[in-house]
Amino acid sequence: MGKTIVEKILSAHTDTDNFKIGDIIKARVDFTFANDITAPIAIKYFKESGTRQVFNKKRVGLIPDHFAPNKDIKSAEQCKLLREFAQEYEIENYFEVGKMGIEHALLPEKGLVLPGEVIVGADSHTDTSGALGAFAIGVGSTDFAAVMALGEVWLKVPPTIKFIYSGKLNKWVSGKDLILYTISKIGVDGANYKVIEFSGEVIKSLSMDNRFTMCNMAIEAGAKTGIIEPDEITLEYLKGRAKRPYQIYKSDPDAHYEKIIEIDVSKIEPQVAFPHLPENAKPISEAKGIKIDQSIIGSCTNGRIEDLRIAAKILKGQQVHPEVRLIIIPATQDVYLQALREGLIDIFISSGAAVSTPTCGPCLGGYMGILAKGERAISTTNRNFVGRMGHPESEVYLASPAVAAASAIAGKIVSPEEVK
Amino acid sequence: MIIKGKVWKFKDNIDTDVIIPARYLNTSDPKELALHCMEDYDSEFVKKMNQGDIIVAGRNFGCGSSREHAPIALKAAGVSCIIAQSFARIFFRNAINIGLPIFESEEFAAQCSEGDLLEVDTVKGTIKNLNKDKVYKTNLLPEFIQKVISLGGLREYVKEELKRRGENV
Repeated sequence: MGKTIVEKILSAHTDTDNFKIGDIIKARVDFTFANDITAPIAIKYFKESGTRQVFNKKRVGLIPDHFAPNKDIKSAEQCKLLREFAQEYEIENYFEVGKMGIEHALLPEKGLVLPGEVIVGADSHTDTSGALGAFAIGVGSTDFAAVMALGEVWLKVPPTIKFIYSGKLNKWVSGKDLILYTISKIGVDGANYKVIEFSGEVIKSLSMDNRFTMCNMAIEAGAKTGIIEPDEITLEYLKGRAKRPYQIYKSDPDAHYEKIIEIDVSKIEPQVAFPHLPENAKPISEAKGIKIDQSIIGSCTNGRIEDLRIAAKILKGQQVHPEVRLIIIPATQDVYLQALREGLIDIFISSGAAVSTPTCGPCLGGYMGILAKGERAISTTNRNFVGRMGHPESEVYLASPAVAAASAIAGKIVSPEEVK
Repeated sequence: MIIKGKVWKFKDNIDTDVIIPARYLNTSDPKELALHCMEDYDSEFVKKMNQGDIIVAGRNFGCGSSREHAPIALKAAGVSCIIAQSFARIFFRNAINIGLPIFESEEFAAQCSEGDLLEVDTVKGTIKNLNKDKVYKTNLLPEFIQKVISLGGLREYVKEELKRRGENV
């Protein structure tokens, strides 16, 4: 029987022969990383382990992005820990504020995560890099410390669910709408412990930015990771970026899947996920008219250049509603610079939006756009749990950059069609 | 190890943002995290519970963010064990890695009530509901995970593995 892309990647990274689904194996790790929230605990444990060096100085990343630029004294102390650890252990991929970006946008952009690799990140949205055809899993701090010391990770070989997307995409429907729709079909634990392989003609026609968005939110269905087979679009993206040689793997036609789910995208409208779970996605036609106080465009889900381009297309010549705060956060410095060069930042500021330096900030209720009691936001981020963006009695609606931009103009949730 | 404690019941999809809100993640001090454990779900939880109490939850406990602060906050607050219909995978790993005992049992979680007194045998994987006088058997954990637990968590495993390799130390 044939193998899935994930089975092939794992085979190439373990000494265990003929493993099967459910077996525990140890896999060699190609790149591992953490942020200013997850790294401090790991650094403490790593130092206690007695080891004097990380497994490979080129294969460890430290990215202060969550509460950086430092939001308060305690956050400053945490970021300082990362900086000092990076110096002491000569970690090559430490990204200081000014060069820093949101980790899951930054690492692919810098060519530090590559097809066919095993990537272990101390952040749940590590699955984002699956869009490059890597096996990329999120873990906690202790796991990260262990990988830094040993260069390997223990994992249970997961089964794969294959989604096949076909049909013609409707206007304004993006990768974000496809993934919100997908999560609403299987639920927030529909893929728990499993891999989601995104495939089909629609995926093959999607840009890398849209693919990153889809893989990013596989975790919101509980998945171990999301993955997309590399193709010409992937290779084009990697040109001039890849920092290491890499290997392309593809699933065999007779590979075994736990389940195959087909989705006709021609029936899908732009989606809005209602509070307080990402699975609560509804078509925009059922969300229209909900008043908002804030709109966030950014995050590891939707802070890339194409996301900003579509927001600018809608905001050009328009004004943000007087009762709405629109906050736009490019995910990396390169995205920010590109947006500046293309005139997008001019459009944003002229429309009355606030533009911020890269940070995870408001997505997890850190800073840069916290909601007061009773306030409501539309957001391109990935989670709308109770209290996620601020007060426990605030609300977050998840949507695409197009819907978030249009809603900022209207002061209520609307389809981009209504403001153009 | 035998754990004895009273049950606090939680619904499906308890996420790590609720277990420990991100606004408190500018520290990793267990004692400080414990003060805010479950605050956005039940602001009185930490005050009401007693040391050694047990959380019994529905499906997908610990979903969302990978923050290890979640199991750390629960453990530091005095929660001795968590039994759920199912766990989100990163929380599952994190709990094992820090040595917080967790068990999956759909049948038990569905039948138990808030306030029930339990006796959990972490080695045998059995849960005895003393109020209902019923014993439940959970699935045994894979050998490797049992080894990690018996060593006292992944940190001890790493130390042992480094010694075995005789390098890097």
